[in-house]
Amino acid sequence: MQTEIIISGFGGQGVLFAGQLLAYAAMDAGKDVTWIPSYGPEMRGGTASCTVIISDEEIGSPNVRNPKAVLVLNLPSLDKYEVLVAHGGVLIANASLINRAIERKDINSLMIPANEIAESLGNRRLLNMVMLGAMLEMLPVLSLEQIEQALDDHIPERHRKLLDLNISAIRHGAEFARKEGVEITEVVE
Amino acid sequence: MARELLKGNEAMAEAAIRAGLEAYFGYPITPQTELLEWMSKRMPELGRPFLQAESEVAAINMVYGAACTGKRVMSSSSSPGVSLMMEGLSYIAGTELPAVLINVMRGGPGLGNIAPSQGDYNQMVRGGGHGDYHAIVLAPASVQEAIDLVVLAFDLAEKYRSLTFVIADGNIGQMMEPAELPPMRPLKRTVPEWAVQGAIGRERRVLSSIYIEPEDEEVVNIRLLERWREIEANEVRFKEYFLEDAEIIVIGYGTAGRVAFSAVRTAREQGIPVGLLRPITVNPFPSGRIAELIPQARAFLVVEMSTGQMLEDVQRAVEGRVPVEFYGRLGGVVPYPDEILNEIIRVAEEPIELGVDPLDGWLKRLKAITN
Amino acid sequence: METVETAKLVYSRPESLTDATMHYCPGCTHGVAHRLIAEVMDEMGIRERTIGVAPVGCSVFAYYYLDCDFVEAAHGRAPAMATGLKRVLPDRFVFTYQGDGDLASIGMAEIMHAAGRGENITVISTNTAQYGMTGGQMAPTTLPGQKTTSSPSGRDVELMGYPLRMAEVLSNMEGSGYVVRRSLHNAANIRKAKKAIRMAFEVQKRGLGFAMVELLSTCPTNWGMSAVESLKWVEENMIPVYPLGDYKVTSALDGIRV
Repeated sequence: MQTEIIISGFGGQGVLFAGQLLAYAAMDAGKDVTWIPSYGPEMRGGTASCTVIISDEEIGSPNVRNPKAVLVLNLPSLDKYEVLVAHGGVLIANASLINRAIERKDINSLMIPANEIAESLGNRRLLNMVMLGAMLEMLPVLSLEQIEQALDDHIPERHRKLLDLNISAIRHGAEFARKEGVEITEVVE
Repeated sequence: MARELLKGNEAMAEAAIRAGLEAYFGYPITPQTELLEWMSKRMPELGRPFLQAESEVAAINMVYGAACTGKRVMSSSSSPGVSLMMEGLSYIAGTELPAVLINVMRGGPGLGNIAPSQGDYNQMVRGGGHGDYHAIVLAPASVQEAIDLVVLAFDLAEKYRSLTFVIADGNIGQMMEPAELPPMRPLKRTVPEWAVQGAIGRERRVLSSIYIEPEDEEVVNIRLLERWREIEANEVRFKEYFLEDAEIIVIGYGTAGRVAFSAVRTAREQGIPVGLLRPITVNPFPSGRIAELIPQARAFLVVEMSTGQMLEDVQRAVEGRVPVEFYGRLGGVVPYPDEILNEIIRVAEEPIELGVDPLDGWLKRLKAITN
Repeated sequence: METVETAKLVYSRPESLTDATMHYCPGCTHGVAHRLIAEVMDEMGIRERTIGVAPVGCSVFAYYYLDCDFVEAAHGRAPAMATGLKRVLPDRFVFTYQGDGDLASIGMAEIMHAAGRGENITVISTNTAQYGMTGGQMAPTTLPGQKTTSSPSGRDVELMGYPLRMAEVLSNMEGSGYVVRRSLHNAANIRKAKKAIRMAFEVQKRGLGFAMVELLSTCPTNWGMSAVESLKWVEENMIPVYPLGDYKVTSALDGIRV
C-alpha cells in the first residue's frame, strides 16, 4: 500500500520544498518515494503543487486522482482538491488565507492558521513547515524525528541558520493539530 | 554510491557526464531545460566543452562535428526541438557515427504544450529523418532507469556506430526519485579507427554521408541494415510483471508503462489474471517476447500516451492471433491508474472480438470522458 | 668537366593538394581557391593537423582535392559542424569551405552565430552570385537585375530583395577577428587572396577569433560565358557591388606579415 500526498499553494509558499522534505525523509527511512511537481508557466508565480507518494513497494504511477492527504495553502487549491481527497483521507487547509469552511464530512480535516503560527515564530515563510507538522500529526506516515533529521541533512546551506526555526515550526504545526483533537488517520503499510 | 533523491533531467545529465561525456551541445526547451542547465554548470567544472547553440539545428550539427572525432557527445531536447534536429540526425546516421540524444517528449503536434507525452514514438522509432536508417530507442520509466539507460546509450551507440535515443517524457524529466548514480568513468583514451582528428602520420580520412553512386549508397544501406539486424538480435530489453500466469497482457512503456503497473497490481489484488510487459527498448521492439506470450494470452491491452503508435508494433507481433485492445490518453494528458484498471476489467469481463480495429472502441470510450 | 645546371623548380603541385583531376567546369575558380588553401597548409606545415568541413554545393567534393582530414556537412551547417570539431579538438586547425548559397542563405544562422561567438575557425567562402551546383538559380548574393534560372527576368529588388554582403555583415560581429573580401579574377588579386587565406589561418593559430575570407569567384557555365569573359564579369559587375577590402582586422594582428 502507498500514501499519496499533494501539497498545493501559491508559488513562493514553499510548497515544492515541503514535498521534497517529505521525499527525503521517506528515502532516508528506506521507503520508495516519488516527488513530482506541476511544472510550466504556472510555476512562474501562479499556483504550485507537488505530489509525493511514499510506499513500501515499487511505485507505479507518480500521479493519483484521489490522494490520501492534501495540504492546501490557499483558496484556489482548496477549491481544486477538496473534492479529490480520498474517502477517509486527510485535508489540511491554511485558515490564514482561506475564508470558507471545509465541506467534506467523510474525511479527516483541519483548518490551521499557518501564516499566523509562522509569524508568531518570527518568520512568515515557515508556513509550509507548520502545515507539514500538522499533517504528520494527523497522518503519521513518517515520524517528526525522521522529518527533522531529513531537514538537518538536506536544508540548503544558505538556510541552515533557520534550521531550528523550521523544526520549531513543524512542532508547532503538530501541536496545533493535537490540541484541535484531530483524529489520527491510519497509515496502511 | 548512495541513493540520492534525484530529479530526472538532472540525473540523466549527471549520468551522461559520469559515463564519460566529452562534449554537450544543446538549446533550451521545456521540459528538458534542467538537463542543459546541469550541463552548463558541470561540464565546464570538468574542463569539458558545453555550448548552448543558436538553435537545435546548430546543436545537432555541432554534435555531428564533434562525433566525427570519435568523442562521446550528445544533445538533449524536447519534441519540437527534436523535429528541428532531424536533418542532422539523418546525416549522423548516414555517416555511421555514434551519438546520443535525449528527447524529453511533450504534447504535440506543433507547439503543443509542455506536458508529458509519448507522441514522438513514430518519429523516434521509425526514423524521423530522411533515408534508410534505424536508431536504437531506449525508454526509461523511472529516474533510476533513466540513469542506467543514458549510460547504456553511449555504450550501444559506440558498439554499433549508431544513433541512440533515450525517450523520456516530462514526468520522468521533472520527477524526483531515490536513485543511484554510477561512479565517474575515466574519459576514453582510445581513438576509434574511423575518427577524424587530423591526419598525423597516417593517410587522411573523410567522414561523409554522401555516396554519389547509387551502388555505393546501396552498400551502405545494406551495412546499416545488417548492423540493425544484429542490434535486433542482441539488444532487446524489457521488464515483466506478473506474466507467468497472465491471460490479459498489458503492454506499455515509459510513464504509461509505470502507470499501467499500478493498475495491473490492483487488478491482481482483485484476482484478475493480468500481467505487464514494459518494453525498455522500443527499438528494437520486443516482438519476439510478445509472440511467445500469444499462447497464454486471451487478449493484449496496449497503453500509450499517444494515438496507438506502438500499438502497430504490437499488432504486427501478435499477427491477429488474439485480440489487441488499446487505451491511450493524448496531448499531454497522463492517464490515472484507475482508467487503465477499468480497461483491464473491461477486457477481462467483456468478450473481445478478433479482427476489430481497437481504435474504434477506444475513441468512443475516450470521447465519453473528454466531452 | 661540364656542369649541368639544375632546373629551378618554380611551380608544382602543393603537397596538401591531391593529384586527383578536379571535377570543376573549365574556367571555374574553385580550383584556384583550393590550391591557395593547399599552399597555405604547406607553408604553415599544418596539413596533418587540419580538418576541413566541406559544404553542399559544387565544392561538396573539396575533400577529393585537399589532402587533409575532412568531414562533409549538411547544407549551410558547416560552421556548426566546425564548432563541434574545434570545441573538442581546440589544438587542430578547422576550416569550412562554403559557397554563397550555403553560407549566406540556408546557413545564415550558423555563420552569424559562429562569428558572434568568436568561434576560432577559418571560413573560406566563394561568391559566384548564384547557386552553382543546382544550375544557376538566384542566391542571396545575386546582383540586382542579374538573370538566373529562378529570376529569369533579372533580380527585381522590389520583389526579391537586395544582395547580402556577407563580409560587411560579419565584420560587425565582435567575435570576428579577421573578415576580408578578395577576388580571384586575375593573378594580382589571386596573390592577395592567398595572403588573406594565410592570415585567416594565422588568426586561428593565434586564437584571435572568427576569420573569414570571401572570394569573388567565377561560374562561367551558369553565367553562360567563356572563362575569360567570366573573369571580366567579376571585375566589372561583381566588384562594384562587393568591394574588395579588409572589413575587420583585429589590432592583435598588427605587425604580423605573411
